[in-house]
Amino acid sequence: MTEVWILSSVEATPADTVSTVRKTALNAVHRQMGAKMVDFNGWDMPVEYPAAIGCGIINEHMAVRTGVGIFDVSHMGDIRLAGPGALAAVQHISMNDASRLAVGQAQYSALLYPQGTFVDDVIVHRLGEDEYLLVINAGTREKDFSWVRDNTRQFDCAVENLSDDFTQIAIQGPKGVNVLQKLTDADLSAVKFYWVTRGTVCGLSNILIARTGYTAEDGFEIYVPADEATSARVWNEILSAGKDFGIVPCGLGARNTLRLEGKLPLYGHEISDTINVWEAGLDRFCKMEKPKFVGRAALEKAKAAGLTRMLVGLEMTERGIARDGYRVLDDGDREIGYVTSGSPAPFLKKNIALAYVPPESATVGTALKVEIRGQSVGAQVVPTPFYKRPKKSL
Amino acid sequence: MAYPTDRKYTKEHEWIQASGTTAALGITDHAQESLGDIVFVELPKVGAELAAGKTFGTVESVKAVSDLFAPASGTVTETNADLATSPEKVNKDPHGSWMLKITLKNPRELDGLLSAADYERFVAEEAGH
Repeated sequence: MTEVWILSSVEATPADTVSTVRKTALNAVHRQMGAKMVDFNGWDMPVEYPAAIGCGIINEHMAVRTGVGIFDVSHMGDIRLAGPGALAAVQHISMNDASRLAVGQAQYSALLYPQGTFVDDVIVHRLGEDEYLLVINAGTREKDFSWVRDNTRQFDCAVENLSDDFTQIAIQGPKGVNVLQKLTDADLSAVKFYWVTRGTVCGLSNILIARTGYTAEDGFEIYVPADEATSARVWNEILSAGKDFGIVPCGLGARNTLRLEGKLPLYGHEISDTINVWEAGLDRFCKMEKPKFVGRAALEKAKAAGLTRMLVGLEMTERGIARDGYRVLDDGDREIGYVTSGSPAPFLKKNIALAYVPPESATVGTALKVEIRGQSVGAQVVPTPFYKRPKKSL
Repeated sequence: MAYPTDRKYTKEHEWIQASGTTAALGITDHAQESLGDIVFVELPKVGAELAAGKTFGTVESVKAVSDLFAPASGTVTETNADLATSPEKVNKDPHGSWMLKITLKNPRELDGLLSAADYERFVAEEAGH
């Protein structure tokens, strides 16, 4: 039996190459809990926790959909832009419209190359009048920071890499709010989705609390000091506070299946330096009414030229699991595209995938095939996101 | 988990339990544990020929795809149909969840495989790396 890991890494550019594997401040805690660890983009991260403590990818995934789970996401990077020119700088380097953000509000956005392809996708938080925090991906941390610094030199603002300053913990799921409320004085009911606040958490004052996540579920991400003792204490206090809600620690495995059900893109898969915004279907986060931003001109041209491929959702109609990189075939078995992410969907109990295919094959209902170990296996284009969280009944 | 001593093991983490010229085979507790939640088992049809050391099927967990390697050569006489609908049984009872029954081509092939104690040592050494 030889294992082929599906959680494939983002291809590292030379600038991202690291000689030693990096660890978050919670590394020892994960190991102590018996987590299965993997190298993810140069980071030694938990992929799942043991079945013996009620975990495993499926249980972790279900806990987040129906209750609550916590994730160590400290490998994510953070870039702070502050100063009188901060807004102009953020507007220049990101595709969404940061001028619409009130203080305390956040938005999904992306940094683009002049070609209209992705440097990375980011969450932009407006922390103060002239202060923004970009939360970026682990595999692209160094690349992103250099890129942001190089592309904001003409603006009157300081650019700081705060990536190593925080332990970032995600508390995700419909019960996440109940768990975190036990540990903070901040009124979480007043914090809407994609808004941030500050408050005392586990006795630590002035902690950044964002109602964000990467699970297609309600939840929070908190930013605590990155020393090991504090990080471990906060982690354990959240687990204790969540006991009555059935909280479980969750690894990158569940993080991946949760984001896939919600069609949230992953760098190196659905988005990359060779895929543009229109192909990825992220139009609604790209504000072409902004007169200027890096990548805009190329996107205008690309729009006029029309698409040659589009990201679609697939559901397997025959027995088989589509995996990252598998070929997509038309009904005549001709290769027409490829799978960017594919997996069993634990909550939906279906085998799903995201794939790039030509527009003529992208209509919902189109019968396609995925080549799995030399066999053509039936699939169908389906509406996305595969999963949408139920609207809260108030 | 203690590895049953009534069978032999491979370094690819399969077990094989022989009785005369017939044998049942599956994957070990260590294999299921390292794979995680098993969601798919693909097996050859009855009548298929297995060659020792060669792949004969696939097992998939949520996150991983793994080849299955034949512990010995032989002809498939029965497949565990249960695993098509309930692959998670391999997680729950790896040493009871046989995947194939085969007629052994050469029962002596099993002499070269690991005993339970040797396999346990092998797994411990692998984990130490």
